[in-house]
Amino acid sequence: MTITRNRRVALGALAALMAASLTACSGGGDDDGGGGASEGANADEIEAALQEGGSLTYWTWTPQAETQVEAFEKAYPNVDVTLVDTVGAGDANTKLQNAIAAGDGVPDVVQIEYQSIPQFQLPGQLVDLTAFGFADLEDLYTPSTWGAVSQQGIWGLPQDSGPMAFFYNQEVFDDAGVEAPTTWDEYIEAARTIKENDPDTCIGNDTGDAGFTTSMIWQAGGKPFHTENGAVTIDLADEGTTKWADMYQPLIDDELLCQLPGWSDEWYQALNDGTIGSVALGAWMPGILEDGVPDGKGKWRVAPMPTYDGTPTNAENGGSAESIPGAAENKLLAAGFLKWLNSSDESIDAFMETGGFPATVKHLESPEFLGYESEYFGGQKINEVLAAGAADVNEGWQYLPWQSYANSIFADTVGQAYLDKSSLMDGLAAWQEENVSYGTEQGFEVNGG
Amino acid sequence: MTPFLVAFALMIVTPLVYSMYLSLFRNQLMGGTTFAGFANYVTAFGDPKLWDGVGRVSLFLVVQVPIMLGIALIAALAIDSGRLHGKSFFRVALFLPYAVPGVVAVLMWGFMYDDRLGLTGSVNDLVGFPLIDPYTKQWILTAIGNIVTWEFVGYNMLILYAALKTVPLEIYEAAAIDGANQFRIVRSIKIPAVRGALVIATIFSILGSFQLFNEPTILKQIEPALISTYYTPNIYAYNLSFVGNQVSYAATVAIVMGLVTAVVAYVVQLRGTRREI
Repeated sequence: MTITRNRRVALGALAALMAASLTACSGGGDDDGGGGASEGANADEIEAALQEGGSLTYWTWTPQAETQVEAFEKAYPNVDVTLVDTVGAGDANTKLQNAIAAGDGVPDVVQIEYQSIPQFQLPGQLVDLTAFGFADLEDLYTPSTWGAVSQQGIWGLPQDSGPMAFFYNQEVFDDAGVEAPTTWDEYIEAARTIKENDPDTCIGNDTGDAGFTTSMIWQAGGKPFHTENGAVTIDLADEGTTKWADMYQPLIDDELLCQLPGWSDEWYQALNDGTIGSVALGAWMPGILEDGVPDGKGKWRVAPMPTYDGTPTNAENGGSAESIPGAAENKLLAAGFLKWLNSSDESIDAFMETGGFPATVKHLESPEFLGYESEYFGGQKINEVLAAGAADVNEGWQYLPWQSYANSIFADTVGQAYLDKSSLMDGLAAWQEENVSYGTEQGFEVNGG
Repeated sequence: MTPFLVAFALMIVTPLVYSMYLSLFRNQLMGGTTFAGFANYVTAFGDPKLWDGVGRVSLFLVVQVPIMLGIALIAALAIDSGRLHGKSFFRVALFLPYAVPGVVAVLMWGFMYDDRLGLTGSVNDLVGFPLIDPYTKQWILTAIGNIVTWEFVGYNMLILYAALKTVPLEIYEAAAIDGANQFRIVRSIKIPAVRGALVIATIFSILGSFQLFNEPTILKQIEPALISTYYTPNIYAYNLSFVGNQVSYAATVAIVMGLVTAVVAYVVQLRGTRREI
């Protein structure tokens, strides 16, 4: 007993020492290169640090976080986790950027959207988790989510995923006498029929949404953004992007979509009263439909994403990981918490219990998950469809290192095509131009296509 | 005097000096923050996005401010005339919109402008064709002007009405004895009496126009493509700072706008008070 105790103390002291040295070398914040090879620990050392305890700050907007943290503190009573609700992804980025710039109040573990990871990783503001042996965890996650956190290093552990799916209101489709489309050609046909059947309704809505558009380009096989060794290539006229734009243009020209921005009150109302017949979004959508579209209960169904030529292809839409900022005070402990949070059954079960869509293969394939019959979806086994979609996600997609800024100027450029019924390709070219000049200003080497 | 100076230094001088200091640097995602001298100012003067915003708020100023102050003046004269029944009701009713928080006011109007669920939709249904369509490129600035006018007519009316109240009754008596009618009284007594107040109200309105932010920002959530990230100089500075990671350039834009506003306000004040001297 005494031996174990002594060893524990020794390990704890070692951990504390290491943590102190880590803090020392990360003093500057910005310039600390995302963690060198010298920092890190193996699984035993991480476990020891968790037993020893300490305090952590965790920034997240995950609704299940509170339950997860409670379970964690029960398993490791010596660790005290302070949970900070960052409300949403956009505010969280700004908050984290400010904290890092100020070099003060930086969280130990922070939720970051997949698309925003490069924004923090490239300037060296995140810890490379390879040093903590996290490369061993690769097989736990779906390839697309792992790909999103591991570009020349491991910058976080995936929390959830959002393989896209086609959610539709069966009643609206029946009313117009159309089936759920399996290809985009059928989608456009269905859009026309729905509009002709009742001019006040439409198959979908879009006023120009950056997150949706990038996912759609991803699904079409486009790879417009590529970053390698700090050099960024932007080609918003590549084959996949053009394929999407050509398919999508008639929907704008012929006013087949409702001019309603997503996530607005009007949008929810239109989903509720059947004005909008379908949405193509990430696998996290069922929870939102149940919450925000109560009138649709029993009417909605889910189908795989329509394809271009019958071959199933898919993309991710949304989803996030948790990372450790380079300026975090207690990296060893943070690594322990992060590992538990996104790889332990206990944590992931709690996440899934209230509608979270996991990124871990095991949980995505579990019989209870796949067999779940959703009452809202008229008893459909929705997870079968959604999980199947996860397997078809195109590999090799990258976001821009400044994706959140890029998304903010999307309406200025591509959004104009929706407003004026002008060419999407022209809008995309304008978006590219703005991004090339921003990236260059920000010190990147940028090649514009 | 000292407490005042301390407060002045802390609240007014420090932020100004700090902004000027910030504006001399350059922030980059790759490369961090470096000294840039006056490079940001050179960029600002040739920045089409900034001047697009300045042009828009100037147009807004030239059209909306005279309309708003005209309505405020008529309202003040009407309430002051003593011929209006229920004048305290009108005074309060006109002032009420000013008491509504700006954001709430815009949300309310934003909803009314909606052609599906809102008042606009009802009006268009009534006449049978899209008579008003605020969410279009042609009308959105007018729609914003309408909201701002609604919000601030009452406030300006109150400033003007207060000025009218300071006119001694003897002057009106003298005018009546001289046989002046109501229009003559308005032209020769009342309007000159509110001149100073009108200049102040104009200057406040200039500041308000150049700082236009709340209304377009909230309407952008309803119609994102209609209102750009540089729609007004304030929106531009906000986006530079909080989305684009360009705090220093945002500080430069703020300083340039401060100078532009000061010059315009000063010119108006000079012109407005010239004949009094």
